[in-house]
Amino acid sequence: MTTGRSHLVAQTQLSTEAPPDGRRPTGAKEAKPASGARRGSRSGSTSRDTLAGYLFLSPWCIGMLLLTLGPMLASLYLSFTDYDLFTTPEWVGLENYTTMFSDERWLQSVRVTLGYVLIATPLKLIAALAVAMLLVRPRRGQGFYRSAFYAPSLIGASVSIGIVWRALFSDDGAVDSTLSLVGLGNDGWVGDPQLSLWVLVALSMWQFGAPMVIFLAGLKQIPRDLYEAASVDGAGWWRQFRSITVPMLSPIVFFNLLLETIHAFQVFTSAFVVSNGTGGPAGSTMFYTLYLYERGFEDFRMGYASAMAWMLLLGVGLVTLVLFRTSNAWVHYSGDESR
Amino acid sequence: MTATIEQAAPGGAWNPTRRRRTTGSVIWHVAALAALAVVLYPVFWLVSASFKPSDDIIGNLQLLPTSPTFDNYSSAVEGIAGVPVLTFFRNSLIIAVGSVVGTVMSASLAAYAFARIRFRGRGVLFAMMIGTLLLPFHVLMIPQYIIFQRLELINTFVPLLLGKFLATEAFFVFLLVQFMRGLPRELDEAARIDGCGHVRIFWSIMLPLMRPALITASIFSFIWSWNDFLGPLLYLNDPNTFPLSRGLQLFIDQQSNSDYGAMIAMSMLALLPVMLFFLAFQRYLVDGVATEGLKG
Repeated sequence: MTTGRSHLVAQTQLSTEAPPDGRRPTGAKEAKPASGARRGSRSGSTSRDTLAGYLFLSPWCIGMLLLTLGPMLASLYLSFTDYDLFTTPEWVGLENYTTMFSDERWLQSVRVTLGYVLIATPLKLIAALAVAMLLVRPRRGQGFYRSAFYAPSLIGASVSIGIVWRALFSDDGAVDSTLSLVGLGNDGWVGDPQLSLWVLVALSMWQFGAPMVIFLAGLKQIPRDLYEAASVDGAGWWRQFRSITVPMLSPIVFFNLLLETIHAFQVFTSAFVVSNGTGGPAGSTMFYTLYLYERGFEDFRMGYASAMAWMLLLGVGLVTLVLFRTSNAWVHYSGDESR
Repeated sequence: MTATIEQAAPGGAWNPTRRRRTTGSVIWHVAALAALAVVLYPVFWLVSASFKPSDDIIGNLQLLPTSPTFDNYSSAVEGIAGVPVLTFFRNSLIIAVGSVVGTVMSASLAAYAFARIRFRGRGVLFAMMIGTLLLPFHVLMIPQYIIFQRLELINTFVPLLLGKFLATEAFFVFLLVQFMRGLPRELDEAARIDGCGHVRIFWSIMLPLMRPALITASIFSFIWSWNDFLGPLLYLNDPNTFPLSRGLQLFIDQQSNSDYGAMIAMSMLALLPVMLFFLAFQRYLVDGVATEGLKG
């Protein structure tokens, strides 16, 4: 529901490669032994099965209609209206969409969010990969390390950690005091428009655990003999990393990149807490979702906020598309040789 | 696959001498512990700050409190805006437990239909389910709010729980579908030949076998709704209905006239159940993420 969870939601989902209707074992098995025993089981989907299917699926179907599809259509309609929640929506056509491009705060929120996505996502993935590579060789206590590094991913999006972050990066906070020891002190990161976004970048990086676990699983799939062969040929660590690890891991990199990017677009709780709901200082942490919330639930401009939500959907969709398109150039699907 | 790597390593080709291996391992542990210290520092800081006197929390680099005190906790327990922390705790608990019950029930039903029943339209519906995984919540937020506002359900837990009972979080449906596909088909086919209906197969065969996946789903569902902030921010305005996440936000808003130590202590209290859950179930959590992410 919230942005916090959507990353894990996303985290697990690439396995869409699995056929949408898990047809695999049925064909062969059902055809032979079962068909004799059960009348008319050839087609598989008897009307009884269909009835049962929809009965089992009924909570999901109701939820889909009432809480997902219905609201999607409603939000699309509202995005073409002026609506304050109390009077009837007034049709304004594309006005909400055109106003955005001259709305200084909207433009600022787009800049902040894009900047955040571009900085935070790669840094988080680099941290995740680095730690995953540290943990990939079996060592004593490996399970402990893996879990401990994963922990921040679970609590990072909570209000509690937002408060901790504010304290750590405030004036005289731990980060500032530590930097002062080496003469790099300032008046706190949270209050400085130049630095405040980095506070949230650091918080995002800190939650590298979820992509790390996925990298770890991917690294373990790379056959060991590739490295052995390479080191016999005299390839050093860096060369092995570049020529074996990166290409072999590229589908996993792509997977993590896609999900973390989508996740980064939707960051809300930490931005809200760190800036105390203001997006400040000087709009430097005015995230897109924060501005959407402000327009919708503080200014009651529900039509405008709906249009913003659809622009977010378009933006995320566009980025996903671009990532998929460019992925052909650098993602290697090794087919069967990985095993 | 993993097993072969693990077996190969101890006697592996590039561990020529035992001594070199020990040195390497010491260096590795030092590096890993150093990285861990950096990563877990904020958590240590929170725990320690919660025992420091209020004016000693900011501007003091010492990790351990010099004169530990429980004052923060005692003032945190009093709560904020006349609402005791216990109320926030109770509200969080109701929401989190309700989410777990709703999610497990509705998601396992839906997953059984997707994974085990062949019916017309399944492919399309499954594709829709996968599609919602990527849909930003913000697109649904405003109409959903309008619905619940019209139904006069603001300041109740219904808006936060209804979706859980209707399996709107596709993550959980997907997780359970993936798990169920891994269970042998022979089980339910044999049961069907013996005359079992879907209800019986689901209840007596599938549910017991799905326990590990159900545990994973329950833990994630609990932790996520415990940490959830946006939902309660939208639907709850009465402090008596606030869960801890909202209670904490209230603390920040009134920071000028309340003390910092209590806020930190309350943050600590809010994280405690999550930390305990994590310690108890981390194996399920970490494996859940890794395997579900990669299974194809």
